[in-house]
Amino acid sequence: MPMSDAMTNSGNTLETRALSRHFGGLSAVDRVSLKCRMGTVHAVIGPNGAGKSTLVNLLSSDLQPSEGQVFLDGDDITGLAPPQVSLLGVGRSYQKTNIFLPFTVFENCRIAAQSRLATSMRFFRTAHSYRSVSDAAMRAVEQVGLADRADEQVDSLSHGEQRQVEIAMTLATNPRVLLLDEPLAGMGAEESSQIIDLLRSLASNHAILLVEHDMDAVFSLADTLTVMVNGAVLESGSPDIVRASRAVQVAYLGEHGHE
Amino acid sequence: MDTYTFLIQLLNGIQYGLLLFLVASGLTLIFGIMGVINLSHGSFYMVGAYLAWSLSQHLGSFWIALPTGIVLSVALGMLLEWLFIKHLYRRDHLQQVLLTYGLILIFSELRSILWGDDVHSVAVPALLAGSIPLTEMLSYPVYRLWLSLVCVILAGLMYYLIQHTKLGMMIRAGASNREMTQSLGINIDVLYRSVFALGVALAAFAGMIAAPVSSVFPGMGNQVLIVCFVVVVIGGIGSVKGAMAAALLIGLVDTFGKVVEVEIGGLRILPELAGMSIYVFMAIVLLWRPEGLLVRRQH
Amino acid sequence: MSKRLLIIGLSIGAVLLVAFPLIGDRFYIQFVTRILIMAMFAGSLNLLVGYTGLVSLGHAAFFGIAGYILALYAPETHAAGFWSSLLLSVSGAAVMALIIGALVLRTSGIFFIMVTLAFAEMLFFVFHDTAIAGGSDGIYIHERPVLMIGSWQPLNFANPSHFYYLVLVFSIGVILFMRTVLRSPFGQVIAGIRVNEHRMRALGFHTFRYKLVCFVIAGAIAGLAGYLAAVQFGVVNPEMLGWHLSGSVLMMVILGGMGTLAGPVLGAFSMMFLEEIFQALTKHWQLLIGAVIVLVALFLPRGLAGLLAKFNISPAAAGQSRRAPPHADV
Repeated sequence: MPMSDAMTNSGNTLETRALSRHFGGLSAVDRVSLKCRMGTVHAVIGPNGAGKSTLVNLLSSDLQPSEGQVFLDGDDITGLAPPQVSLLGVGRSYQKTNIFLPFTVFENCRIAAQSRLATSMRFFRTAHSYRSVSDAAMRAVEQVGLADRADEQVDSLSHGEQRQVEIAMTLATNPRVLLLDEPLAGMGAEESSQIIDLLRSLASNHAILLVEHDMDAVFSLADTLTVMVNGAVLESGSPDIVRASRAVQVAYLGEHGHE
Repeated sequence: MDTYTFLIQLLNGIQYGLLLFLVASGLTLIFGIMGVINLSHGSFYMVGAYLAWSLSQHLGSFWIALPTGIVLSVALGMLLEWLFIKHLYRRDHLQQVLLTYGLILIFSELRSILWGDDVHSVAVPALLAGSIPLTEMLSYPVYRLWLSLVCVILAGLMYYLIQHTKLGMMIRAGASNREMTQSLGINIDVLYRSVFALGVALAAFAGMIAAPVSSVFPGMGNQVLIVCFVVVVIGGIGSVKGAMAAALLIGLVDTFGKVVEVEIGGLRILPELAGMSIYVFMAIVLLWRPEGLLVRRQH
Repeated sequence: MSKRLLIIGLSIGAVLLVAFPLIGDRFYIQFVTRILIMAMFAGSLNLLVGYTGLVSLGHAAFFGIAGYILALYAPETHAAGFWSSLLLSVSGAAVMALIIGALVLRTSGIFFIMVTLAFAEMLFFVFHDTAIAGGSDGIYIHERPVLMIGSWQPLNFANPSHFYYLVLVFSIGVILFMRTVLRSPFGQVIAGIRVNEHRMRALGFHTFRYKLVCFVIAGAIAGLAGYLAAVQFGVVNPEMLGWHLSGSVLMMVILGGMGTLAGPVLGAFSMMFLEEIFQALTKHWQLLIGAVIVLVALFLPRGLAGLLAKFNISPAAAGQSRRAPPHADV
């Protein structure tokens, strides 16, 4: 498995250098440089509109940067198409649930896992006869705790459960780097704590970039925190440093209180 | 090609482009504002041409036929919107394609029942008959110049309407957000019906004024529809400015495609293939800029 | 319950189709042959419209081009070989679909609809305006291809019953082939593209390639249908590439029910019967067809299959990858 190789890689798995994205005159992401290492959780926090989702979109190539670069294991991956980024081992989840509503939970994960076949240009064997795909899909379903709902069509699930499917699909592609855009949003307390435990267990052999509003979750998971305001990095460092930062307290926590 | 032919063809190309604009702008407005792809748009052009032919015979004058035809086509547009099109606003493209394809068949058969399947010609009105010399060498039919002038005036009026009037403001708002427009107290039903009727009237008017320069024949609606699709693909959808630029471009490509080919006809290139020049042009645009030649890039 | 009904229905249908030439007269045998050919053609379009979500308005291009290839390839003085001419026609249609697909799939949504129509129309003009193949009158195939296995001629295509069985075998083959493909990993990918192409890309699928392959498969099957149509009629003309045919086959797909294997067959049968009836009624039968199309678009957007599903007899239960909503089992 490539996973063990990745574990020995002590370099900066995902790195951005002066990454920017402008929309017209507005800088949604403004010269953001950050590093996300294998085996760690790097949380990005900030008020709404700080550019966190745009940052994730830049990292997954859903959007192309106006300036700056993205590196994966030291290789420049700026400007690649989203499927290429995904196939390099960068998986992402969406803030707004982005799943296949007419499919079952299992089928959602199976199509995700199927992306790891060398090719899906296979026309004659049935999809469910590919054991490695089905196993990976089922594993992802179990990881998020939806095993007993595997055969339900996802549009009949609750919002929180759909959020779990969203994460399961990302996991089913067996990524090394996880970009999670508000994975806990819309989940109940029980579902949340289950996902937090899952993320903690995944952290040892993944590089996780986590965008999240739930501060308890962030401070319990993150090894590194980056605070973004108006597209730019306000502060970056260990949770203790960020907690102690005067600038963060004024700019972010102050603004956050108004929401 | 000598300068003389070149200038004549340039004028012909522009005139054809302007005519295309009248049809394509309706198509693009109806899609841009109401989100409806209207395959039967070409039928209105055909209906317009047949109206011009039939009305000028019955009423004795092209100049009476023209306003009568406009009134009739506005009424037709309103009726169609009320009967069919308004049910399509929240449906997907497939159902829009299907319904408006059905309308094509209906219009085509109604035309056949009312006016027959023959090819007709409409006489150029006496007032605009003849040619005027532009230079010593060059003369050009007055009617074609008048036609181009009318198209330019209409294009200008449309631009003014959309950019500088309250109706235009409502149209632009309606294009971006149906609910918001409604909450501003604008009667969206009336707005949509007016826009559709405007589109129908523009296409029918184009057919009417085109009738004296081209023949009036059953397949003319479908022919113009497909060329308008090419215009919209190149100009981008929902943009009247884009439609104007693309229509002129296609008018010129088509016109010169036919002429240039005659010149290299000696090189045994099939002269009949000249009609394909606009499709080749579209293929190149799709390869080069699939989002449309005149659409501002997102990235 | 509904599945058993469907199996019984299908079995009765199959027996009727096989026994039909024994009881039907020549006219009806040829009529049902035409229907089966159109059902294949509609099935191929369904692969794009119903399963992949690509609304093509130019699918007749591939139907017609295969017919033209046969007409141009067939010698005037003697019959062409069946296998060689079939292979040539179908691969010609596939190559054409590859070229057109590579261009049109660069667009999406409403642009895709317009561009497919425009390119098909371009082919129409090539054959309509030039003398390559008889212009607007079309071109005759003087001798029908001959099917030989060694020195044995199992079927004589001049005999309507023989040709009927050939078409029946191909129709069943096409349906089985599509069923297999739809259940394969490839079938899952195109289903995913229909539902949410953006997420498919984010998951690592180069969706363009899959759409292109799907477009080529659909073009090849349309080519097969066009080849058989050309053999049946002994003549091809530009109408075979025209947008009236594209529109009418799209109507069959929607009338029968998109995204189901049985839908296009049902749609082809219904449409062809309607056309036959209307043609007997009036010279202006297209007026009535147009009215039916408008009514279907307004009141039956899910087609006859959707209507059947309302009464819980869903062709979708015939082993589709798409599952019935859970409450349907209760």
